[in-house]
Amino acid sequence: MDLSLSTRNVSGPGGDRTVVEVGGEIDVYTAPKLREQLVELVNDGSYHLVVDMEGVDFLDSTGLGVLVGGLKRVRAHEGSLRLVCNQERILKIFRITGLTKVFPIHTSVEEAVNATD
Amino acid sequence: MATVELRFSAQPEHVRTARLVAAAVARRAGVDEAVLDEVRLAVGEACSRAVGLHRSNGVTDPVRVVLTEEEKTFSIEVGDGVPGAGVAAADAAGVPGSRDGAPTEDFDDAEGEDEMGLAVISGLVDDVEVSAGEHGGVIRMSWPTTPAIVLP
Repeated sequence: MDLSLSTRNVSGPGGDRTVVEVGGEIDVYTAPKLREQLVELVNDGSYHLVVDMEGVDFLDSTGLGVLVGGLKRVRAHEGSLRLVCNQERILKIFRITGLTKVFPIHTSVEEAVNATD
Repeated sequence: MATVELRFSAQPEHVRTARLVAAAVARRAGVDEAVLDEVRLAVGEACSRAVGLHRSNGVTDPVRVVLTEEEKTFSIEVGDGVPGAGVAAADAAGVPGSRDGAPTEDFDDAEGEDEMGLAVISGLVDDVEVSAGEHGGVIRMSWPTTPAIVLP
């Protein structure tokens, strides 16, 4: 299964948030597409991103690298990058790499959009 | 001892194929369903790393994946054709590695993503070895298998 990406803007208590819904497999082949999408959003002035990973079937270290790169870009503009994920097999990858300390991980898009901390 | 060997040119799109084949063979070998996700991820990481090494070093040889079903274990070896690469990275990621036979002047391939891939592998797989020889490096991983239930 290839990677699918869609974005939408949502208003939250902290201001506008851009939700990036990701589906399919994020690996060495598809990760560049996600990187391009995140770079494009930041270049267009979207600095508060919520990446919805609920439709992701597979994530590897290349995908993690792209998410870390996205976080670095939004932080340069005092922005934020929040993740939505409930899948144990995906969460495990964040845990073993210590990235649960780097990314705020939420259980729903609504929770992520409403987060203001 | 049954073996499936896969050789693919170092292109990112083939890594998914390697994952699918490895998971299918592991399932047949009796690797626990709950562990198949780990097999898929680990073999994907090892292949992504090998693809990256081949591409950045201009190696045109294919990446080699050997899937072996032994009596109580299932093992996967992913071999690259880049001499000495990745041993420094393996050390950095805390993976037991062997420097025997590796040309020391080639230890400068420890890039960030490479290390992250190895960190994921070492976090996932209990039994993993990284070795480097004059023809290239090999990541060897193995998992226990549950013996097939013999019906009366």
